[in-house]
Amino acid sequence: MSEILMAVIPVVIIGVICAAVLVVASKLMAVKEDKRFPAVRECLPGANCGACGYAGCDGYAKALCESGDVPSNLCIPGGDAVAAQLSEVLGVEFADTIEQVAVVHCSGDCGRTQDKVDYSGIESCAAAKMMYGGKGSCTYGCLGFGDCQSACPQGAICIENGLARVSTPKCIGCGLCAKACPNHLISLVDDVERVVIACSNKDKGASTRKVCSVGCIGCKKCERVCPNGAIKVTDNIAVIDYKKCGNCPDFGVCAKNCTTGCIVLTDLSGMHRMK
Amino acid sequence: MTKLIVILLSAVFINNYVLSRFLGICPFLGVSKKLDSATGMSLAVIFVMLIATAVTYPIQFYLLTPNNLEYLQTIVFILVIAALVQLVEIILKRYMPSLHKSLGVYLPLITTNCAVLGVTILNVQDYPVNETTSFLWGFTQSMVNSLGSGLGFFLAMVMFSGVRSTIEGSDVPKNFKGLPITLIAAAITSLSFLGFGGVIENLFA
Repeated sequence: MSEILMAVIPVVIIGVICAAVLVVASKLMAVKEDKRFPAVRECLPGANCGACGYAGCDGYAKALCESGDVPSNLCIPGGDAVAAQLSEVLGVEFADTIEQVAVVHCSGDCGRTQDKVDYSGIESCAAAKMMYGGKGSCTYGCLGFGDCQSACPQGAICIENGLARVSTPKCIGCGLCAKACPNHLISLVDDVERVVIACSNKDKGASTRKVCSVGCIGCKKCERVCPNGAIKVTDNIAVIDYKKCGNCPDFGVCAKNCTTGCIVLTDLSGMHRMK
Repeated sequence: MTKLIVILLSAVFINNYVLSRFLGICPFLGVSKKLDSATGMSLAVIFVMLIATAVTYPIQFYLLTPNNLEYLQTIVFILVIAALVQLVEIILKRYMPSLHKSLGVYLPLITTNCAVLGVTILNVQDYPVNETTSFLWGFTQSMVNSLGSGLGFFLAMVMFSGVRSTIEGSDVPKNFKGLPITLIAAAITSLSFLGFGGVIENLFA
């Protein structure tokens, strides 16, 4: 009997001491947590994409709780629904979220551009880019190994015929693909826009023509036909200023007049608009 | 002093906890996928190994051995280490939030990690207090051994996360994908550490 007690008592004493120390420590060193934090965090989608500009959903929720002047409409994947919920929880004014979708500025698939080398290295765009700018003849274009595809949390990107395509109804506009693309071909565009420049080649027209049948040759025709002056050709590539575009009465006049067809008229309605 | 260096280096290279003693394999395979999480985990392990030894060594030689309670070693050590890690977590959360965040879930995860328990028990076995060894000398040796073991764990984790990222990018046969090729790679990595056997002792001989 005393043998058992001799074993039990020390362990119990050690256990009680440890418990007492932990209780005292947790009381003394309790970290104050904002009571609204769990509620706010609950509203956010939890994709941790960083589109709001904070380190993940936890970071944004913390910022919202701590400071009153952080806007509640920064969550792009969540869209209006989350912004409305957040405004309700925090008791601030609701502001409309500008939803965005990812757009690929390249349309050089296997039929329109050619490979210049037979690449058999690591199957990733970042690695292929380091080998003389990739396997394709156009060094600005889509590398086609799908770094964006693997970065996408929604499975909205797929590689078709050697070219990344965004399925906009699935896109939540987090921008992770834009960060993953080594050629910076993907950008986020407000999902009300309709016209996209599907090329990023900054070479002179003649050399662009040689490597791709749908590359922007910098002919400036779009610049001339645009009634709002929203398109500018800089560095041999047309760029749309979306602030000026959109109120064109003859919608898509630039796309219709484009010599090579690198200006595309498309529907960019993201998942929020589809709801 | 030479003895301490020998203990440190042999804990890192020859008796590497992961690759030679096969302790702590579960974090070794589970958390080594990315370099930053591997580093975080290893730092937490180094930290916990040190404080666990600092606490369990006196307990062994002031409480358990004098009262002939050596058979309670395992349960007491686990109890104390678990409580200690909880305490450290509370303290870190209060005073060093950034460190707490970077150690993250790994800190509570390793409370009952076999490598941590293994270090404390082997310290007591290998560097006991007896007629020839004073408590202080045994304690110093134990602490150095814990540091070396932690560093060895760090080395193994960082090395293996590199190996795994290489595997990820390479073309692995379909039926070897995932865990099988990871285990094979782990075996080869462990084999490479056999080459260190006997090197350290002879360096200072």
